[in-house]
Amino acid sequence: MNYSIEAENLNLWYGDFQALIDVNVKIPHGQITSLIGPSGCGKSTLLRCFNRVNERYGNVTTKGKIEVLGKNIYDADVSLPELRKAVGMVFQRPNPLPISVYENVLFGLRIHSPMRSMTRTESDQIVEESLTSVFLWQDLKDRLKTRATSLQLEQQQKLCIARLLPLKPKIILMDEPCSALDAKGTRAVEELMEVLAGTYTFIIVTHNMAQARRVSKECIFMFLGELIEHRETQVLFTDPKHEKTSDYVQMRYG
Amino acid sequence: MNILRKKSTANLPFSETVIELFIRLCGFSCIIFVFGIFFFVFREGAGFLFNGLDIGQFLTSPEWYPTSLNNKRYGTFALILGTFSVTALAMCMAVPFGLGAAIFVSEFCSPKLRETFKIVIELLAAIPSVVWGFIGLTLMNQLIIQVFNAPIGLTMLNGSIMLALMSVPIIVSIAEDALKAVPDSYREAAEALGATRWQVVYRVLLPAAKNGLLAAVLLGAARSIGETMAVLMATGHSVNIPSGPLSWIRTLTATIAAELGEVARGDEHYQVLFIIGILLFTITFVVNLIADLVIKGIRQE
Ligand SMILES: Nc1ncnc2c1ncn2[C@@H]1O[C@H](COP(=O)(O)OP(=O)(O)OP(=O)(O)O)[C@@H](O)[C@H]1O
Ligand SMILES: [Mg+2]
Repeated sequence: MNYSIEAENLNLWYGDFQALIDVNVKIPHGQITSLIGPSGCGKSTLLRCFNRVNERYGNVTTKGKIEVLGKNIYDADVSLPELRKAVGMVFQRPNPLPISVYENVLFGLRIHSPMRSMTRTESDQIVEESLTSVFLWQDLKDRLKTRATSLQLEQQQKLCIARLLPLKPKIILMDEPCSALDAKGTRAVEELMEVLAGTYTFIIVTHNMAQARRVSKECIFMFLGELIEHRETQVLFTDPKHEKTSDYVQMRYG
Repeated sequence: MNILRKKSTANLPFSETVIELFIRLCGFSCIIFVFGIFFFVFREGAGFLFNGLDIGQFLTSPEWYPTSLNNKRYGTFALILGTFSVTALAMCMAVPFGLGAAIFVSEFCSPKLRETFKIVIELLAAIPSVVWGFIGLTLMNQLIIQVFNAPIGLTMLNGSIMLALMSVPIIVSIAEDALKAVPDSYREAAEALGATRWQVVYRVLLPAAKNGLLAAVLLGAARSIGETMAVLMATGHSVNIPSGPLSWIRTLTATIAAELGEVARGDEHYQVLFIIGILLFTITFVVNLIADLVIKGIRQE
């Protein structure tokens, strides 16, 4: 199987407003795919379908089919906690929980495993591994007890990535993960993605076209709820097929 | 430039000056009232408090015989115990119910149902305490007699059920505000990690809102401590060191309410009642202060 996610005829409404129109997409396994398009075109909406976190809002109707790792996530027997364990998400604003750094990293494991099933040494090790993979261990190893919400934004965002790792997700969704970070923080998160791609499938929503070109192998362009074009990133930027795509990549929309 | 120049107060329209003055007065008046009340209560009790009353005995002796002819004793220990035990038992019932209801209203129910609940809870808060006392005296009295096979149902249990019903609305509304104040991004983050709604509640919301929830509990307790009418009617009103939920008790507040009408102004008994007032004032002041500090703690985070 080469695809992590396959969506077919996906339609989504917020109340009466249709935010996704007949989206068909196949996201390849183990690489970074970027999702671009003007504001309000439905990028976040599409991304939030893949772990069904959209359904938090009461007024959402979805039609169509999404297969994640070969399984239709709208089937009745799908368990949301299991789905979200396999499909992690990083948000636009870093949102660590108001508990210690240590507990943030372990939060996912704690909710997915029975009480007290980890020994102290195991959990110490998991925290160290996860923080090391996001290059935070050196900075934070002496501050594991501090409240995660008091860290710098860049550290918070890296921590939000780190806390996904103990759950061993297959797919990581990122919704403008760098928009709250400065250039240095952006660079750091991009490097991190490059290192982790291969182990994980990444989908990243971004407004920064340079970023899309830097990090992603494939790129999806959306416009007003429709998927316009999905190709290799370099080709999409240098030789777009659709007029709307070329207008957008040449910055004719805001 | 003329238009940019700051208007002097003299140029303000007269009506505006008057309104401002009035609003200022309203603001300051509450400070004046609180100090005024404290001053008045203190002045009435001060004479005996500093000259004649044995404070140690006042706080620790269970003997409350203010009208004895040859040996007047003013020990409030039984009354203090009465107040605290009935409040504690009330809180044992009100806290789980109140916090549970707050969690339900803020996290689990649909927006429409939430509005209905809020109206009902406000209604509950608006029931006068004498009505609660009435219910305690009649309905709950009968119920306790039947259920526990007790000789009389006017007991600590009866009073604390009434107090619990009175403080639940306070606990619910303050606790609900505290839960509402937890940013939605925390819920979203936890749910995206696969937490169920109940896990979100006890792993994220309760720790994040704990100060606000504690404040809710404390304000509910302060309400119970200060309550008079319902406990006067429902607890049997007899000076007694409580030995269990079915013993009758008397509280500090009920003592003042029941006896103040029958004492001669200025005599010792009269002054002691005011000293009990000072004691109550101090207790509720401390509880409120703690609640305030706790709430401040939330804002600073
Ligand atoms: N909860 C909601 N209720 C109603 N409408 C919504 C909701 N969320 C999004 N929308 C609408 O759906 C459309 C798509 O929104 P979405 O957030 O997916 O856009 P986006 O491409 O991520 O935009 P941006 O680049 O600004 O983040 C927008 O028109 C938006 O107004
Ligand atoms: Mg978005």
